[in-house]
Amino acid sequence: MTSHRTSRVALIDRLQPLRFSFDGKEYQGYKGDTLASALLANGVRVMGRSFKYHRPRGPWGAWVDDPNAIMTVTLNGRTFPNCPATTTPLVEGMQARAVNAWPSAAFDIKSGLDVFHRWLSAGFYYKTFMWPNWHLFEPMIRKMAGLGDISRDVLKGYSADQVFDHCQVLVIGGGAAGLAAARAAAEAGKGVVLVDDHPVLGGGLHQMPEIEGIAPADWIAEQASAITSAGGRILTATTAFGVYDHGLVGLAENGPFGTAPRLHRMRAERIVLATGALDRPITFTGNDRPGVMSVDGACEYLARYGVLVGRRIALVSNNSLADAAEVMLKEAGAQLIRLNPHDGPLQALGGKQTKGISQGSQHHAVDTILASGGMTPLVHLWRHAGGKLDWCEIRQALLPGTAPDGMVAVGAVNGAFDLDVSLSEARTAGAGKTPGVSPTSYGLAALWPDPGSKGRQWIDFQHDVTLKDVELAARENYVSVEHLKRYTTLGMASDQGKTSNMAGLAAMAAVQGRPLPEVGTTTFRPPFVPVPLEMYHGHHGKQLWHPLKRLALEPQHRAAEAALGEYGGWLRPGWYGRGKAKNLIHQEVLTARTSAGIFDASPLGKIEVLGPDAEAFVNFIYYNTISTLKPGHIRYGFMLTEGGSVMDDGVIARLDQNRFVISCSSSHVDSVRTHLEAWRQDGNDPDRIFIHDLTQHWATITVAGPKARDILAALALDVDLPAQEFPHMTLRETRFDDTPLRIARVSFTGDLSYELSIRRTKAPALWDAVVKAGVALEAAPIGIEALSILRAEKGYIMVGKDTDGETMPHDLGFGIPRLKKPVAFIGDRSLHSDKANASNRKALVGLAVPTGDTLLPTGAHLVEDTPPRSLGYVTSSYDSPTLGHPIALGLVENGAARIGETVSVWHLGDIRKATICAPCAFDPEGERLNA
Amino acid sequence: MQIFPCPFCGPRNETEFHFAGELGKVRPATAEKIAAPDWATYLYAQRNEKGLVHEVWMHLTCSELFVMERDSVTMQVLDTRSLREDAQ
Amino acid sequence: MTRYSAFNLLREGLRGHTGWGKAWRSPAPKSSYDAVIVGAGGHGLATAYYLAKNHGLTNVAVLEKGWLGGGNTGRNTTVIRSNYFYPESAALYDLSVRLYENLSRELNYNVMFSQRGMVVTAHSEPDMEMAARQVNAMRLNGVDAEFLDRDQVRKLAPLLNYRADMRFPIHGGVLQPRAGTGRHDAVAWGYARAADALGVDIIQNCEVQDFIFEAGRCVGVHTSKGDIRAAVVGATVAGHSSVIAKMAGCGDLPITSYALQAFVSEPLKPVLDTVVLCPPFGTYVSQSDKGGLVIGGGLDRIPSYGQRGNLPVQETVLAGLVEMMPALASVKLLRHWAGIVDVTPDSSPIIGPSGVEGLYLNCGWGTGGFKAIPAGGYLFAHILATGTHHEISRPFDRNRFVTGHLIDEGAASGIAH
Repeated sequence: MTSHRTSRVALIDRLQPLRFSFDGKEYQGYKGDTLASALLANGVRVMGRSFKYHRPRGPWGAWVDDPNAIMTVTLNGRTFPNCPATTTPLVEGMQARAVNAWPSAAFDIKSGLDVFHRWLSAGFYYKTFMWPNWHLFEPMIRKMAGLGDISRDVLKGYSADQVFDHCQVLVIGGGAAGLAAARAAAEAGKGVVLVDDHPVLGGGLHQMPEIEGIAPADWIAEQASAITSAGGRILTATTAFGVYDHGLVGLAENGPFGTAPRLHRMRAERIVLATGALDRPITFTGNDRPGVMSVDGACEYLARYGVLVGRRIALVSNNSLADAAEVMLKEAGAQLIRLNPHDGPLQALGGKQTKGISQGSQHHAVDTILASGGMTPLVHLWRHAGGKLDWCEIRQALLPGTAPDGMVAVGAVNGAFDLDVSLSEARTAGAGKTPGVSPTSYGLAALWPDPGSKGRQWIDFQHDVTLKDVELAARENYVSVEHLKRYTTLGMASDQGKTSNMAGLAAMAAVQGRPLPEVGTTTFRPPFVPVPLEMYHGHHGKQLWHPLKRLALEPQHRAAEAALGEYGGWLRPGWYGRGKAKNLIHQEVLTARTSAGIFDASPLGKIEVLGPDAEAFVNFIYYNTISTLKPGHIRYGFMLTEGGSVMDDGVIARLDQNRFVISCSSSHVDSVRTHLEAWRQDGNDPDRIFIHDLTQHWATITVAGPKARDILAALALDVDLPAQEFPHMTLRETRFDDTPLRIARVSFTGDLSYELSIRRTKAPALWDAVVKAGVALEAAPIGIEALSILRAEKGYIMVGKDTDGETMPHDLGFGIPRLKKPVAFIGDRSLHSDKANASNRKALVGLAVPTGDTLLPTGAHLVEDTPPRSLGYVTSSYDSPTLGHPIALGLVENGAARIGETVSVWHLGDIRKATICAPCAFDPEGERLNA
Repeated sequence: MQIFPCPFCGPRNETEFHFAGELGKVRPATAEKIAAPDWATYLYAQRNEKGLVHEVWMHLTCSELFVMERDSVTMQVLDTRSLREDAQ
Repeated sequence: MTRYSAFNLLREGLRGHTGWGKAWRSPAPKSSYDAVIVGAGGHGLATAYYLAKNHGLTNVAVLEKGWLGGGNTGRNTTVIRSNYFYPESAALYDLSVRLYENLSRELNYNVMFSQRGMVVTAHSEPDMEMAARQVNAMRLNGVDAEFLDRDQVRKLAPLLNYRADMRFPIHGGVLQPRAGTGRHDAVAWGYARAADALGVDIIQNCEVQDFIFEAGRCVGVHTSKGDIRAAVVGATVAGHSSVIAKMAGCGDLPITSYALQAFVSEPLKPVLDTVVLCPPFGTYVSQSDKGGLVIGGGLDRIPSYGQRGNLPVQETVLAGLVEMMPALASVKLLRHWAGIVDVTPDSSPIIGPSGVEGLYLNCGWGTGGFKAIPAGGYLFAHILATGTHHEISRPFDRNRFVTGHLIDEGAASGIAH
């Protein structure tokens, strides 16, 4: 038995001793301990250092309200920073180190900083470090700041589950009130979930000798059993960390130490808040010394862990709840004196250990000071949900007032500090009714900080904010609570002000001589306790982060050694074969120019527009006139935004009078579909137009090149191929292997080209047939990199690459509909704005380099020399294997008028020359289309 | 996570919805001459009310547009109805 | 006003800091001013300061419904940068960076502008081409910029995920060395203190309830503290610009209000020296001097005036951070919050005449108002004092929505700032 461990019945398993270390020294605790309880049992008091002054600190509380004992814990070679010792369950082999202290919390070399405390007052850094500049001082300050250090290694297997869940009644808090409410609700037939952040239910009940005539452990077990028997669920070690819009409650369910908590996104029809209340510190000189603890904390250490925190205790309290604590601590063997904080100013004596307490001329030699300045209800979740708070003069606390929808507060959080009252409230609420605020016998004598009093009196322990800092803030007129908080950093430590906010507000109220409720309170922000980032990450990762779309022909491409990469959200072949990419791509270009390239164009949009109003609709959607398009024909066109800029380009085919297929760019399918749907339903008769997106259902194989017709002929399809029978920009429907096949004569390479579209499941058979027929004619599959070069040789654009958000169709040489189209279309009016008519619009041009020069970098700018001013930039640039020299496209101010001009090209400070030319560098007459 | 009741599919998570714009935007008849300020009003002006708002939303999983009345401060949803009912 | 200096800090330390005066007064409003500014956020306070300093206009009041700096000025992620594409934006935001560079000394208040640099990563070859285009644009606009390959990014931000099999592998990026972070509250407080010292009245807890008109001209405001007349009125009420515009009869602005969330982790020892934005993850992060990771991302998707965040966007932003920097998985989130931002169609601000005589607007900063505070104040003061645009603010006039001369920086950054 270690020195502070008693034989009192507790929640630890004394048959399971656990070994661990703290700051390099070995200790022993038991299963069921927290790091803090095990250290206290071993007589360790100094568990951390404060943020600014590096003052020695021991735990104030026994659970989430402790701001002091923060540790970096290593277990099985994995290191976790910033673990609160009071909530970290002890595990065999844990190695804990105090954060922000070196070599140990007990002997910290930076403890000397405390000597300079008078110059490190609130906001001192706003008043200095300005000359020569802040960046000179900053590295030193950064090193001093911060708590734990993280391992740069990625934790293997540290991954969070995330679940959606729902229930009729969610009870938050598993103390007396929560258990009673959950049982009442469950027995009334409701689907109940009870959550409690401790690993063992019961809240403060373990401190009690009995409840309703039986031992607390039995009472708790009885309630739990009744809840589960009635179909309720109980989640322990689970923190309700936030309430979000529409009543969504975030729950973090903690697993074993070192695992990521599971996120529950819980929806409840009704929420019963039974989160309890915390002891509030008393503001007196030296109140931050190790050994000054909360009354409730000391009782919890005894009740849950069998640890008597001190042998000679001074109990300082302004309320009657300390009476039971006194009995309990004395029974456990402590010598205890009661001090009334109203009898005179207090001062804690000692250094790293508390040696005594003085009040006026009275000195008492004690090793521990337990303090309670009253109870602060944990109303965080109430406020997250939008509930109001009312000031209760009797309890000197902010209590739940007007309730948020579907939420009710019971027990200590509602100011019911008496057990009977608490249980009665809880049972009322559990049965579906709303209890009011009950009377109390709490016997509180208001006690708040005393501005102007002597000594260093801490308000925020972790951040070293003292009463004098609050006075300074008031003196400098940082009097609003938010200014106070931000100027002094009060309440912004990792305990989020659970111990400090009320004292801070009260101190400011006292300095200004205003009533406390007038000062107001800062916002309660989630999470209630810090939670690991991984909890939010969970499955949102790796390949599930924007999942790639996959091709029906992926196995064929893999078999052909395709280099698969992401293009516009699809996993597509960039090129085929092993070897130097550039050589392979150039070979593919040459193959397409001499024989034919076979290209998987399946991601191209295939959105059908059907119905009696389809013609008028597409005519409105498109910049180009579509109404004159005949069935079986295809037209190239643009869709614009209402702002007039090019949203997408592509071809549209008319299958029959009332049926069109829009072939938009691969990466724009989703946005185009949404765009079409929005216009269909808003402003049109949705019963006369239908949008059917078949992009994922059809695969498309393009055969492009001088041998394309021969390859199609080899497939022996029932379709006339000669140019007269099947001209450019027309479409034929036939069958392949007894399956409908659509063949479109369109070209993105400038060569004779057919797009073959077929049901996705039939794509492999068609691909194999096309490749087989092609290989015989020295054709081959080509990837998207080769296609990008082929289209650039022709000056064909890729929207989003060769256009930006300002590009209008007349910048691309398509100016006629703007001037001539007689009916309304999307974006029409914007094409006549001042900007649209400006003379300095950026237009698409080609760019030629002097013979022998290397290619222009994409992203280089074309500039006027003096002063250097950007005229535009290079959008696409390639070595053209077909032409044997580099080619490029660009957007340039007033580009059409500059053809023939030589301009400077600026890239990362280097300047070279290029000549502006027409975008089409290959076969400008278009003779190869019908080759 | 807010819950929006799609008039066609019932209550669904907010992530399934797309804000399509404020209700009541009428496209000017652009076959006629439209003054630049009027076109700018149509394109860009937003009532952007604090409190009760009337908006058009799309439920992306069923592609239907509908009208939603909600409170832009409390996030309370007051009503949703089909856009075509609204047009009638 | 006691001057802030190391010497005075030393002296005050010895006498218990009793000699520090108020950072600003809490005056009662006068019945009239030469200029009244509605909204004591960063932009409003900076406007008042520059009115007094640059234009000699000291009979000025700044009216604030709540407490000064309590809106978006105190809710942002403190990034300061000018990595923009268009010359108009570069001129505006680089003016701001230049003013920030000397701001602590000018205001005699340490705003902790730390030029630790900002990296925007590129994750594909097209991204790299876009990065090159941006670096070139920035340098041609006179803004510092460096084009980084993967190894150079790695040196600056070793915590990023460099695995080749990650969903969006890192190819390189753009660095703006002069970008960085500042202490947001200190910017508001510093301007408030300096403006107050020049005679400006900052009146907190004073809500503007209506505007006063005479012959169609705005000549003052009705407030919760009485009527205040003004030769000229300027509104700097980001997040609530539409509400004020409606009240003043300026018609519907091209603005939608959205919540923008921000996040901070528990303090850590230094792990990250630059600001890092990874566009495909929609997340950016820096480490504050206190040690917390300050995290931001995209807007919430639902128009909102509710100053609180919602879980789906939190999951996206924080999951994005863990994807970007997997070593941060076990770091704990300490706090999150949200501000309401004015979003314009081109994500650029609106500065200039409101359409109502005597009333001017400074709004529409979207998610990027903090970095623009000095320039916004400088330019808005010029407009209020002279009645005409400064050359840098002219392109940002509301009239651009009629002429179509939008300044859409969508391409300048992965997150539409």
